[in-house]
Amino acid sequence: MTLDDIKGILGALALTGRGDMKIDIGRAYCADLMSDVLAFSITNSLLITGLTNAQVVRTAEVADIKAIVFVQNKRPDIQTIAMAEAKNIPLFVTELSMFDTCGRLYERGLRSQMGQTV
Amino acid sequence: MTGDEDGVFFLTGKDFANAGSASSNLKGILEKRGIPAEIIRRASIAAFEAEMNVIIYAVAGMMHYTITPERIKVVLQDMGPGIPDIGLAMQEGYSTAPDYIREMGFGSGMGLPNIKRNADKLTINSVVGEGTTVEFVISLERSGR
Repeated sequence: MTLDDIKGILGALALTGRGDMKIDIGRAYCADLMSDVLAFSITNSLLITGLTNAQVVRTAEVADIKAIVFVQNKRPDIQTIAMAEAKNIPLFVTELSMFDTCGRLYERGLRSQMGQTV
Repeated sequence: MTGDEDGVFFLTGKDFANAGSASSNLKGILEKRGIPAEIIRRASIAAFEAEMNVIIYAVAGMMHYTITPERIKVVLQDMGPGIPDIGLAMQEGYSTAPDYIREMGFGSGMGLPNIKRNADKLTINSVVGEGTTVEFVISLERSGR
């Protein structure tokens, strides 16, 4: 599933301009606890979250997460978007709830990493 | 670069705007050395959790790193409240963080366990009322883990 596919499935808006929309996203992880993301997410995955602070982008950077979707139309501030842009981490925002965001992506075949080793 | 390399980053307590920048810089340094991505990820995650602990709990601190062909060593020394019971702090889910820290997505009691999970060696020394030193080592030798 590419970032373009994910954007379409979620009716999401891109908040950043850079980044390759054709990259393949094989896995996703969803959390509002960044330590859980750091502990359990896998590299090159998509992060789905309701948190919008700068630490979300930092977390994605150190955990090698490819892109972030913010749910329920929550938007990070401009400094956070600029940081993501600089680090080449595409950001998206969807009006869908976290449940519906995960549900739609799961329905289309995206899976988490649980059960795999980091 | 293959020789020894070291450096230090200074950390300011409650400076959430810059929280994580030391770990981000360290990650860039490791990438320049051509260290395998999986090892960089472990080092970056451990450093980030330790850095967040300093930002959240301490007045100030520093992150000192040493990289040799054999290992990455990172030492975080802070002027903070100290940890009264390190065994308890190592338990997943145990946290003394206030609510506003939890609202930022941290303080869920996974920080020190996450450092341990990613490091080959972790040493914590703490004096209540003075501060804490967290030192972790990640081996760069193939048989290191």
